[in-house]
Amino acid sequence: MTSRFEDALFAELLEVDGATRSRLHARLAAEAEAAGVLDIAYRTIDSPLGLLLLAATDHGLVRVAYAIQDHERVLDELATKISSRVLHAPARLDLAAHEIDDYLSGRRTTFDLPLDFRLSSGFRRTVLDHLPDIGYGTTASYATVALAAGNPKAVRAVGSACAKNPLPIVVPCHRVVRSDGTIGQYAGGSEAKRTLLDLEATP
Amino acid sequence: MVLRVCRAVLGPVAADDAWSETFLSAMKAYPGLRPDSNIEAWLVTIAHRKALDQVRVTARQPVLVPELPEVPVTDPDPVGEQPELWTALKSLPLKQRQAVAYHYLAGLPYAEIAEVLGGTAVAARKAASEGIATLRKTYPNGAES
Repeated sequence: MTSRFEDALFAELLEVDGATRSRLHARLAAEAEAAGVLDIAYRTIDSPLGLLLLAATDHGLVRVAYAIQDHERVLDELATKISSRVLHAPARLDLAAHEIDDYLSGRRTTFDLPLDFRLSSGFRRTVLDHLPDIGYGTTASYATVALAAGNPKAVRAVGSACAKNPLPIVVPCHRVVRSDGTIGQYAGGSEAKRTLLDLEATP
Repeated sequence: MVLRVCRAVLGPVAADDAWSETFLSAMKAYPGLRPDSNIEAWLVTIAHRKALDQVRVTARQPVLVPELPEVPVTDPDPVGEQPELWTALKSLPLKQRQAVAYHYLAGLPYAEIAEVLGGTAVAARKAASEGIATLRKTYPNGAES
């Protein structure tokens, strides 16, 4: 059915330039936000730890992800677990981006932005609730956190709660280290964990 | 895909509004969509309605009656280099333009186009092939490349 004429004709119509796409996208994001149908807004920020993905619901920041966690995959997960109404819409993430930037520049030691913990539940959620008790510049062992979370035997579960932390950096799972003093694993890679601990150790 | 469909049906300028309204409307309706729905056909159906709204709005503007959507001369042409293409598309009857866009740009089979446009799959196929036949005469540039 399709002949070369149609191919040529529609090849021309296929071309939608990047500027047009961005303009239409920004307009849709603003209109969707105003209409209350933007369930998840996301943006990326450049950081010393690489490109970070930030995503927020209307309740607050719901996900922070490192590049090695594969941003496309993370967005797919958000669409599956929360809502498919996901748009690149930087405005909703302005505060989060600002606070993370301040933190990574050493200008801020705690976060006070609204957080949405809906991606975490049960014991993992309990663990996350206790992580901010580990102060800036200090660390705690997985065993200590297990004890604080009310289940001293659940050391491995604390490890997996940290590994699955949907809000790394902001909820400081990087401050949980192994009892033998080595830093242990990290969702952003152990190098990122080392960078964060060094940053916090710098007065 | 939706933007290309809107452009083919409406021309480059009015297409922006139709595109934005299509997706906003799609986002509003999305939670009610059945999981097994054909997303492309669904979006084209919404785009079809939004494009018709644009056609009506434009038709109500007395200056442009009885023509279908005209590209306002004062607006910069966001598509740029193909004014002949838009002129050729614009001169097609609306139904042919829609059938061409939904089949060749959105990739919908004629049976689904018939559901969007009303009428039969045979009629949809006929409208598309007549549209293409006319474009072949009115827009010869495409044949060269």
